[in-house]
This record gives sequence, structure tokens and C-alpha cells, in this order.
Amino acid sequence: MTATTLPAPPPPARTAGARLKWAVADGLTMTGRGFAHWARRPGQAVVSLVFPVMMLVVFTYLLGGGMAVSGGGSYREYLVPGMLALAMSFGLEATMVSLTSDLGKGVVDRFRTMPMAPSAVLVGRALTDMAESAAGLVVMAGAGLAVGWRWHGTWAEALAAFGLLLLLRFAMLWAGIFLGLVAGKPEMVQAVQILVWPVAFLSSAFTSPETMPGWLGAVAEWNPMSATAGAIRELFDNPGWSGDSWAAQHQVLLAVVWPLVLLAVFFPLAVRRYRSLGR
Amino acid sequence: MTAILAEGLRKTYGKKGSAKAALAGLDLAVPAGTVHAVLGPNGAGKTTAVRILATLLRPDAGTARVAGRDAVREPDEVRYRIGLLGQHAAVDEVLSGRQNLELFGRLYHLGRAGARQRAAALLAQFGLDDTGGKPVGQYSGGMRRRLDLAASLIMRPQVLFLDEPTTGLDPRGRTEVWQAVRSLVGDGTTVLLTTQYLEEADQLADRVSVVDHGRAVAEGTADELKARLGGDRIDVVVRDADRLDAAAAVIGMAARAGEDAVEVDADARRISAPVADRMAALADTVAGLGAAGVAAEDVSLRRPTLDEVFLHLTGRTQDLNQEQDQDQDRRPERDDGRADGGAAGRARAVAEGSAR
Repeated sequence: MTATTLPAPPPPARTAGARLKWAVADGLTMTGRGFAHWARRPGQAVVSLVFPVMMLVVFTYLLGGGMAVSGGGSYREYLVPGMLALAMSFGLEATMVSLTSDLGKGVVDRFRTMPMAPSAVLVGRALTDMAESAAGLVVMAGAGLAVGWRWHGTWAEALAAFGLLLLLRFAMLWAGIFLGLVAGKPEMVQAVQILVWPVAFLSSAFTSPETMPGWLGAVAEWNPMSATAGAIRELFDNPGWSGDSWAAQHQVLLAVVWPLVLLAVFFPLAVRRYRSLGR
Repeated sequence: MTAILAEGLRKTYGKKGSAKAALAGLDLAVPAGTVHAVLGPNGAGKTTAVRILATLLRPDAGTARVAGRDAVREPDEVRYRIGLLGQHAAVDEVLSGRQNLELFGRLYHLGRAGARQRAAALLAQFGLDDTGGKPVGQYSGGMRRRLDLAASLIMRPQVLFLDEPTTGLDPRGRTEVWQAVRSLVGDGTTVLLTTQYLEEADQLADRVSVVDHGRAVAEGTADELKARLGGDRIDVVVRDADRLDAAAAVIGMAARAGEDAVEVDADARRISAPVADRMAALADTVAGLGAAGVAAEDVSLRRPTLDEVFLHLTGRTQDLNQEQDQDQDRRPERDDGRADGGAAGRARAVAEGSAR
């Protein structure tokens, strides 16, 4: 082969059909890039999988002894659905970190000077992160089973529960993309990482909102993470908390509506923000 | 054919009130197959201009045409015809060099096999085949820049933008990049490069635009620009500040530049003057200083610095502006004392005060 052979590229996409075809192909190519990152940095992937498991162990064995479920039942069965919802919420920072490190290094500039589908950078990020979170759910569920968590509902209900978790993750993904685009630099992510914690604990993930002071309990009841945690407790037939509020009575509905509301807000914001990088 | 055409480009960053104009009506015209340098200090608007031409940024006003296409209205058509080497390496540091080139090749829709083939050819061309499998994070600065350049060339672009391609590189890395750029020009690629170094523009460019405050203030070949400044300069550092005036007289004669073109920096005991004939000026200076009994610590010939070119072209300084007008036969009469003379006087007083 000589240096002069140059594979001929297809011409720029000029029809809607060709554009769609390349948008799909480019999105998958970018997803492949995300997987190649895992393969290059297995340590990092393992850490992000192990961290929620470690949290589960801490709450099960170190703090769990002093916890009781207000409605009665095993605390471990109460805790594991909360931890699953927590792991999905923490996906927000994971998405922010990967996106800002790309933006900071200028590689996104290269993508933007190429005739690829503009959506591919975000589609690739979304598919990679969703795959990572699905893997994380499997690991967490396995760890839950190991510490004594069981689901008592049907398989269909269990699958619906995992679907709700991934829906929450999907909403967090677009919130993370938007915040990552706003922050721009990896250093800014730290601020968000600190803020994620109070939001995560101000929920029904670890304890029943009934045990909190009135107004805090109300915030925790309405926390989107609480809705998902409560909904999957119902679907898994695990012990939950019994409140009288509207939010407590309609947890499955809220677990669908909340992520959709978040998506309706953050998806357009993220897309608009990404497009306006050139302004 | 004009490969790059910018007309009246304007771009303002920030909101009203704190707005900062990066480009204030920039014009550029680069014929196909040539190398054009955009020379200017930090903040002159060089990077903004490149980002607009490379479709990364939308201008507020003006037209930007690259390879015959409108960069604002037909960005995808332009993107098929350009390569960009930005200030920061635009490669994926986690992936290997080969993975990077294959990824970009696939995003250019070369197909899996085509991308692989092109990546291999480029790695060989840029001497990166040995390290093609290592993550880019472990590359040296020069290697990373070469990979970045290789990535810009996947499509054999008609137009290549290089934004300060050698800033931050050591001399070896700089030479590597220069060689790579020169070999491209042979293939008929049009190159627009921005730089802060006159030497780089001199080495690589057919023509140079000097940019300041978002507009082009001068354009020409590197030689033309330097001629406007009075060409090369001679610098002499004398041992004894008392002899500055005597030395200045000698150098004024030797450089044939006229007394008022001689600059005296009393603090550094340095005298500087533009020279037309390098060798004659050097020989006459050395001989003249010897005859006058002035001891010199250093005598050197040098190119004008960007600061000097820039000051002359923008005419920001009254003194420098006058120098620009003067030539060998016709010298404007000076009616004011030179600031430098005053400084020399002060320095002399200091030297006397500290004399034993």
C-alpha cells in the first residue's frame, strides 16, 4: 500500500434519510468510543461499580443495626431499593465528569469540525452511560441478594421496577449533560458532587420521611428519588413507609411522572446548550 | 482561486455592558495552495477568526468562505474540506493513537476497513507506528501534536487551519511540526496558521497578516513587513554607561540608519539600531567601537521581535511612528528631546553616584 491510496468517503448527507442513517451510525461509533474507554481504564469502571456496593455494605452492617422500618419488616429489604435509586441518581455526576473532561480537552472541538451528525456526541454519551448504569444495577441487585434482600413480586413487576430505575437514570443523564455543558470545566463538577449528597439523603432512600421534622419530611416525600425508591418497593413487595400524603399514596405514578418532567426540562436545555457552543 | 475569504468578520463575546469585541471587521484573502500566517499578540482575535472559519463559532457579522463554501450557511460542506489543529490537542487521551485515527476515520464515514487503512498510513507518515498502540496520555508534547495533525489530515483537506501549532512545544517538537507543515504545502493544501512568533511566520508563510484588536493592520510577505520596520537590527551592550553616547554615534554611522533611529536603553546599557546591510554594519560597528575606545560586552545581529513589528505597524508610540517614516536620504527633523536620551541622562547620573 502506498501513502497515496485514500479510501473515498461517501458525499455529505444531503437528504433527510441519509442524515438519519449517519446520525444512527455516528451515535453508535461514539458509543463504541465509550466502551473503548472502559476497556482502556477497567479500574475506573470497577470503582464506579463498587462504590454503591460499598455504600450498601456500610448501611447494612455498620448503620443498619440501629434502623427500624416504620411499617415493620426487614431494614435490608427497605434499604436495597433505596440504594438502587441512589445509584441511579449518582449517575448525574458520572455523566457530568465524562462530559466536562471531553469538553476541557478540546476533543469535542475536533468532533464539531467534522461532518458527523451533531447529535452523535450526546447520543454516544447517553448510550454509554445507560449501559454502564444497567451493568451497575445488575451488580447492585446481586450485592443486595447477597446481603439478604429478596423480591416477592412477579418477574414482570421486577422488570417494571428496573425499568423505572433506568427511567430515573435517563432523566439524571440529561440533567448531567446540561449541567456538564454549563459547568464546562471538570473543576466545577466538585460543587455539584457536594450538592448531590444532601439531595440524596433528603429522601426515603435510607429512612422513612415520617421520622424527619415536618417540613423536611415533606421535601423528602416529594423528592423524585423517593418516588422511584417507593415505587420499586411496591413492585418488589418490599417493606415501605406508610404516609397519608398524596405523594406517599401515588408513588408509582410519581416515579413515572417525575423523570418525565425532568426530561422535559433538561433534554431541550441540554440540546440547546450543546448547539449554542458555537455562539 | 481564493481558498479562504473573510470579509468584515465581527464577533463580540459576553453580554451587553461587559462585552468584549474579539473581531472588529477582520478581512483576509488567502489564494489556494499558499501558506498564510496571521500574526498578532494574545487577545488580538486570531483564535476567534480560526474558530469562525472552521465552523466552530458563528460570527456576529461578515462573511466567511472556505474552499468556496459559506462557513455559516453550509458548515457540513466546509467540514468535509477542512482540517483544524487547535491550540489544545484535540485527541482522545484515553485511547491509543491508532484508536483515535480509526475513530475519526469512521466519523468521516470511511467505513471500518477504510478507517483502519487510513489510520495505518497516517501513523506511518508521521512516524507514530511504534507508539500507535499506546494511550495518547503517555505521548510527548511533540508526538501528541503530530497525532493531532494526522487527525486533521484524514480527509486530505483542501484547507488546513493551524492555531498556534508550536506554542508550548520544545525546539525539537517545533521543528517536527514545521517539517510536517512544509511537506503538506507540497501537496497543494492551503494553510492558514496563527502565531505569536515572527520567526514562525517567516519560516512557513508566503504572506503574513498582522492582526491587532480584531482587525488586520498590515499584510504582505515577511520580508515586506520587516522592510517596513527597517529590516534586521544590531544590538550592542557597552561595558561603561559613560560611553553610551559615543557608542550610539558610532552605531548610528555604522548602521547607516541615522541618529534618530538609534535606540538607547540606558538601564541595560544597550544600543539598538535597524541595519540595511548586516555584514557591513557589523564590521563597521566593531571597527568603530575599537577606534573610539569603547568597550563592548556584546554585539549581535537579530531579527525584529514581534513587539517591535507590532509597535511600528500600529503606530502606538509616537517615537516609533516617526522612525517608520524615515529613510536613508530624507530624515524628518526632530523638535522634541528623546525620552531615551532622558533615560540615558538619568542612568549616567546614577552611574556617577555609584562610582568609586
